[in-house]
Amino acid sequence: MGRVQDKVALITGGTAGIGYATAELIGKEGGKIAITDLRPVEGEASAQALRDQGYDAIFIEQDVTDEARWKEVVAAVVEKYGRLDILVNNAGVGEQTDLEESDLAHWRFVNSVNMEAVFMGTQNAIKQMKLNGGGSIINISSIEGLVGDPRFGAYNASKGGVRLFSKSAALYCAEKKYNIRVNSLHPGFTVTPMVDGAIDQFSPEDSERINREIVIGHMAEPIDQAYGILFLASDESRYMTGTELVIDGGFTCH
Amino acid sequence: MGRVQDKVCLITGGTAGIGYSAAELMCREGGKVAITDLRPKEGEAAAQTLRDQGYAAIFIEQDVTSESRWPEVIAAVVAEYGRLDVLVNNAGVGAATDLEESDLAHWRFIQSVNLEAVFMGTQNAIKQMKLNGGGSIVNISSIEGIIGDPRSAAYNASKGGVRLFTKSAALHCAEKKYNIRVNSVHPGFTKTPMAESAGDLFGPDDLVRIQHEIAVGHMAEPQDQGYGILYLASDESKYVTGTELIIDGGYTCH
Repeated sequence: MGRVQDKVALITGGTAGIGYATAELIGKEGGKIAITDLRPVEGEASAQALRDQGYDAIFIEQDVTDEARWKEVVAAVVEKYGRLDILVNNAGVGEQTDLEESDLAHWRFVNSVNMEAVFMGTQNAIKQMKLNGGGSIINISSIEGLVGDPRFGAYNASKGGVRLFSKSAALYCAEKKYNIRVNSLHPGFTVTPMVDGAIDQFSPEDSERINREIVIGHMAEPIDQAYGILFLASDESRYMTGTELVIDGGFTCH
Repeated sequence: MGRVQDKVCLITGGTAGIGYSAAELMCREGGKVAITDLRPKEGEAAAQTLRDQGYAAIFIEQDVTSESRWPEVIAAVVAEYGRLDVLVNNAGVGAATDLEESDLAHWRFIQSVNLEAVFMGTQNAIKQMKLNGGGSIVNISSIEGIIGDPRSAAYNASKGGVRLFTKSAALHCAEKKYNIRVNSVHPGFTKTPMAESAGDLFGPDDLVRIQHEIAVGHMAEPQDQGYGILYLASDESKYVTGTELIIDGGYTCH
């Protein structure tokens, strides 16, 4: 018996990084997986790589910022697997904000992917999960949902929003007795394509500052975040809701 | 392979409640356990129950507030199993405080068990763990280390102390590159002998207030806390240090 045996998991941004590591781990622990992404070629290849390991996995193309598409994606998961037990709202963008020079279009882009999509995903997942007796929603926030960064105004706002929205949704579901748990995960700097892209934009001074903050002295592997997601996805965490799992090598504890 | 295969785990207050549940889970996942307690009869019986299930388990009598006893307890664990990988500072007392009527003796009793013992346990465990290449220390704080309770002033102070002491110890170990992680667990109300006896100290109005705060509407089982401790003890959480795992059914998220 796996730790998420026969549970059906939907993972946005599931083709690479934390999302893919999570899909692999959930597959290994007996779950069935649907990964979504903007990029169909990469997405199909990732789903194939999961199937090659003997796991149940499909890819669904999705722009997480498209409201109408969310219903279709959840319907496609239910059509394939009959239910939805786990949603990992993982898709995100890491972009720097120049607070004095940036415009509203930049702000809205970051917040639409990182925050509005989490709202829509949570809403659509709840509608399905309440039909099948419950579930677990894991919203990927960030350490930047806990501490400020002078170069990440929009990202900070989006991830701080995810943190508190998760608590509101957790309380809503508890009040309605849906048996749906909602928690946020707060990764520190992790070796992923998104962070690689963001780090390219850092000045040497920023890189030095960030390295100093990571008290254990190295970045996380995607699997470090995936194990936290697996714990929150499984029934082992059935008494956890509305809380935050911080996996950051000590970044935010000082 | 268990999730803590061959890891040696010392659990204070391990004869009942959360401590015993954690001991059972560690064993099931391949660990070797030493449980300690003030009460030798109950302790031997609990260790025997674990051995009856085929697990490696010993009992060591310990008053966690005795400074000189701590090195002896660690030495006894090393004599039996050759190393120490996991310490769960779990022993605690729950007592109500009347802020206007209580005296310093009451205050010191609570702090000695809930806070001073965690300091001494952490210090002694570090000395051994650094010899065997690292480890994980799990300090059991409480939701009352996060939020205030008008009837629990001394308990609040002790558990808030554990929360921040844990971060300080995590930073110390990271700075020294000991590969020792230190985290706190914050249980909400859990069905244990300690919570039951503390429950007797609350008035009917307090119980209504507490019930109202538990968003999911019921208390936790010891195993709900045990699984969180297992996650922090295992290498699955190797990037987690200086942080807080809250397992409270939504109590503190609103």
